[in-house]
Amino acid sequence: MTGEQIIFLLTALFTLGSGVMVVTSRNLIHAALWLVSALFGVAVTYALLDAAFLAVVQVVVYIGAIAILFIFAVMLTRKDMRDQGPQMNTNWWFGALLSVLVFGGLFFLLQGWSGLSRTASPIPPGFDSISELGNALISPDAYVLPFEVASVLLVAALIGAVYVAFNPRSGDTRK
Amino acid sequence: MVPLSWYLIFAAALFSIGLFGVLSRRNAVAILLGVELMLNSVNINLAAFWRYGDVSQMAGQVFAIIVFAVAAAEVAVGLALVISVYRRRNTVVADEINMMKW
Repeated sequence: MTGEQIIFLLTALFTLGSGVMVVTSRNLIHAALWLVSALFGVAVTYALLDAAFLAVVQVVVYIGAIAILFIFAVMLTRKDMRDQGPQMNTNWWFGALLSVLVFGGLFFLLQGWSGLSRTASPIPPGFDSISELGNALISPDAYVLPFEVASVLLVAALIGAVYVAFNPRSGDTRK
Repeated sequence: MVPLSWYLIFAAALFSIGLFGVLSRRNAVAILLGVELMLNSVNINLAAFWRYGDVSQMAGQVFAIIVFAVAAAEVAVGLALVISVYRRRNTVVADEINMMKW
């Protein structure tokens, strides 16, 4: 077993353990913090896959923005659910059964696929994945259209989020 | 070198954990946490297929970045909805948000 495999296995175990803690911990702040550690594990996985830009973006966008947004949302909404009462709904066993079935089905399907034991060819010398990615994102022959659509989606989502979360009553009291 | 199957099985396991969180948590914010885990497992798959296929084809990484953008938009709108519902109904339990249930 090579060193890379050992690092991958440790990362995968850490990430999956953090993921289990995300969905089972009673305190939502703890769940959000476990999500941060799971996202760090995924960032390490990107680094193992030689996707440097994705690893950095994972830390900046996911951990720096999304996880912090979750922690703010938990702090704004946790008056009535402070760790009392059940955190799972009444048919949680059905969700557990369904997720085990999904994992088993995916595992079974992957076993019958011929490309499963493929190993990666080494990155060719002089290949710069970040500049290739940047060219692909802005080249009209490649992915400039999905890139622009994603930016329009982000603007629409930000305006929608501000509109939905805006409280007109608190605006009135300030006047 | 790590075989491709390890990445795919790892991503499948992370997806299943997220699916369990989405289906069985009562708190709406916790449901969104499960959705985040599922989106991350999809991104692992995209990056793994980029690395194990033709490296000069950047489609895997490009779509991983677009999934990042969609995830950020989804979290912003989802948490805004949760906060808005909490302000009006004083609850974040998904079972009790049944205004539009017929």
